[in-house]
Amino acid sequence: MTLPLFVLLLLVVAASAYVAARARATASVGGDRRKLTSLPNSYGLNAAFAAAIPALGLIVVWLLLGRVSTQTEIFAFFRPLAERPQLLIAISALLAVGGFAYGIARATPGFRARIAAERWILVLLISAASVAILTTLGIILSMLFETANFFGKYSWTEFFFGLTWSPDFRGNSQLGLLPLLWGTLYISLVALLVSVPVGLLAAIYMSEYANPRFRSFAKPAIEVLAGIPTIVYGLFALITVGPVLRDWFAIPMGLGESGSSVMTAGLVMGVMLIPFVSSLSDDIINSVPQSLRDGSLGLGATPSETIRRVVLPAALPGIVGAVLLAASRAIGETMIVVLGAGAAAAQFKEGIGEVVNPFQAMTTITVKIVSQLTGDTDFAAPETLVAFALGLTLFVFTLGLNVLALYIVRKYREQYE
Amino acid sequence: MTDTVTPGARTKTSLLATDAKTKKRNAAEARFRVYGLTATLLAIVALVVLMASILGNGLSAFKQTYVTLSIELPEAKLDKSGTRDIEVMKKVTTLGYTPLLKDAMERTMAGHDIAIEGLSAKEAAEMISKEAAATLRDQVLANPDLVGQTIDLRVLVNGRIDGYFKGRVDREIAALDQNVSPEQLDLADALRDAGLMETVFNWAFLTAPDASDQRPEAAGLGVAILGSIYMMIVVLVLALPIGVAAAIYLEEFAPKNRWTDLIEVNISNLAAVPSIVFGILGLAIFINFVGLRASAPIVGGLVLTLMTLPRIIIPARAALKAVPPSIRDAALGVGASKMQSVFHHVLPLAAPGILTGLIIGLSQALGETAPLLLIGMVAFVREYPAAWSPENGLFGEPSTALPVQVYNWTQRADPAFVERASGAIIVLLVFLLVMNAAAVILRRRFERRW
Repeated sequence: MTLPLFVLLLLVVAASAYVAARARATASVGGDRRKLTSLPNSYGLNAAFAAAIPALGLIVVWLLLGRVSTQTEIFAFFRPLAERPQLLIAISALLAVGGFAYGIARATPGFRARIAAERWILVLLISAASVAILTTLGIILSMLFETANFFGKYSWTEFFFGLTWSPDFRGNSQLGLLPLLWGTLYISLVALLVSVPVGLLAAIYMSEYANPRFRSFAKPAIEVLAGIPTIVYGLFALITVGPVLRDWFAIPMGLGESGSSVMTAGLVMGVMLIPFVSSLSDDIINSVPQSLRDGSLGLGATPSETIRRVVLPAALPGIVGAVLLAASRAIGETMIVVLGAGAAAAQFKEGIGEVVNPFQAMTTITVKIVSQLTGDTDFAAPETLVAFALGLTLFVFTLGLNVLALYIVRKYREQYE
Repeated sequence: MTDTVTPGARTKTSLLATDAKTKKRNAAEARFRVYGLTATLLAIVALVVLMASILGNGLSAFKQTYVTLSIELPEAKLDKSGTRDIEVMKKVTTLGYTPLLKDAMERTMAGHDIAIEGLSAKEAAEMISKEAAATLRDQVLANPDLVGQTIDLRVLVNGRIDGYFKGRVDREIAALDQNVSPEQLDLADALRDAGLMETVFNWAFLTAPDASDQRPEAAGLGVAILGSIYMMIVVLVLALPIGVAAAIYLEEFAPKNRWTDLIEVNISNLAAVPSIVFGILGLAIFINFVGLRASAPIVGGLVLTLMTLPRIIIPARAALKAVPPSIRDAALGVGASKMQSVFHHVLPLAAPGILTGLIIGLSQALGETAPLLLIGMVAFVREYPAAWSPENGLFGEPSTALPVQVYNWTQRADPAFVERASGAIIVLLVFLLVMNAAAVILRRRFERRW
């Protein structure tokens, strides 16, 4: 019997356990439901869960262990078992039959079936909530193992402090992180320089000045920007913004001839982040109590003075948090930089002028993760494995920024009540 | 007693005349207002320019130029045996059909008295898409009785001629371009005037599979749309129950302890992890470790599920929280258990909010590109993936996805693919618009405020 078929059969067994336990409970009191401690449904549910959950749980754990044991030495003792799926089916069939028998046997008037059934449901709920933990664990483990592999083949000092990025699948690659990190931070800086002032001022205007008619049209328009997928921004950078910047700015000013550049990616990413910054700041500004504004206005301050001297200082921690969250978004953004920033890493050897020129094509961590992991990949080569080290760096970076943002918001938040 | 005014102690002010300092402050006020308005308008202008750029480049992808040729199908070439046996006829490849199209072009031109000076028969035939031979072959194999007859068939013209009708190519460009000549454009004009060449709505763009680099005119979104739908089914089936169950547990049952705190911090952090990291996870766990097949919609669906889950759990918790405690108290008061109060009363009342969050989460998953690049969905796929096949299992056949197809087309050399990519984005945006509109309607219609 194949496994999928067996799982289907398990579901049938569970359904019949439900029917049987329910019928037995009702029959045991001669059809008078008032004499049961729980509703007949609860007896049925308890039996069904008892038949299905342990058996299914065993299958999941068994398959997982089997997979782990073939890949690593940790669960090597499990290998012979993993090769015998019939054994798995036999054991879990036994579990299912046991659960079935237990459920039927417990279908007696005195058994508190509702509590038992609800305990099973709680188990299901808890396992669903734990998926989040498993995901994080999966992310960290998957990157940690391959990163360790990478550092076995390539020196970590050269990775973290190397000034050159030139992978070569024939060997002799130089895989320095710094050029990529510079590109990432530079583009993010441009994006923040665009999005923070625009987003913040738009949020202020919307919540303090705009009349309802203007707001009812402008606010959804800005929110639409937030719902647009990043690939759309990427294409926009590639076919519209890039050529315009090249023809109108870069070439006349003699700064380069590339359509994809720091400026292209930064500007478009800035536009993408405007709604993010503005909706976060909007929440923060609105959480400043009206009494503070009224007090300031009552003393004779103009609305703009009130905003600059009272509202913004009160909202500052929140705004700093929002900026950090926006920075974390910018650092992790992929499609805009893949299409808008270019593929050549910053060349520190060419001098500082080349590296700070905003109309120069420059690449980022995310772009290189994509380029090293797509196409023909050889998971033994450091040129491929470096992507996992880059991924881990990115993960740690963004996680750090998020945690810092939450910390700042929590620590410096004004309590008004 | 008379009031004595001490002159010079302070300047006179009046409510009726604004003094210099007030003027300055009022000017600062006006400036600040203008800054705010400018920022808002900048954001809106960015949206308008973005949309105009995509629509301007992409709308023409929904039109396609075809030419109607009368094609002779000689038995001597297509079915030497004369038995009309499909297996025998299949031995004639598309290369065998190409000369027929060349003859057909000549005959069609002769039939309508069209002669262009300086245009060789070869050049005239090159105006027909390379895809046309395959179309003709499919047509003949589907209906072998056509052999020996002369049929009128509408076939694609190549990307440059199509571009001419859409305004992308003109005679100046044609003079410089190796792939198209001004004489060919003259012929195109003549054919159009004869009613043989026309631009019609491009259904094939929505249904046909991708095509190779040399034939942008034949490239379509069929496989990509199918792949995206499969992935959304996987995400829906997995993320809805898991997300709702997790939200219920955390909001209604979780005791305040370390484990619950850990889960909560985890979920809020996962929501902020860059999407590409989920791609690395998918590659390392689902493909390299579990051994699922690269470019399969099931892998994409699983990765997107993990990515979407926190984005579903957070709004679902907010929706559960918004249900007032009085509802729970009333249920508990008449003897319901905690579990019954949640499943019979709180959950139905929170359902509209949960569903709104779900739809928005799904629409984010639909537009996500980066993780799918890493799990091999950039592959060139021409076969429509089946939802189930014995050897690949459920959603296991290689496929691609809408946003990835856009990326794929931006990497091609032929400028006609820019139009295709923008057109694909319009399709994607229409899907997103429909989903978000559904979410808004759901919220407006069913959400209750207490």
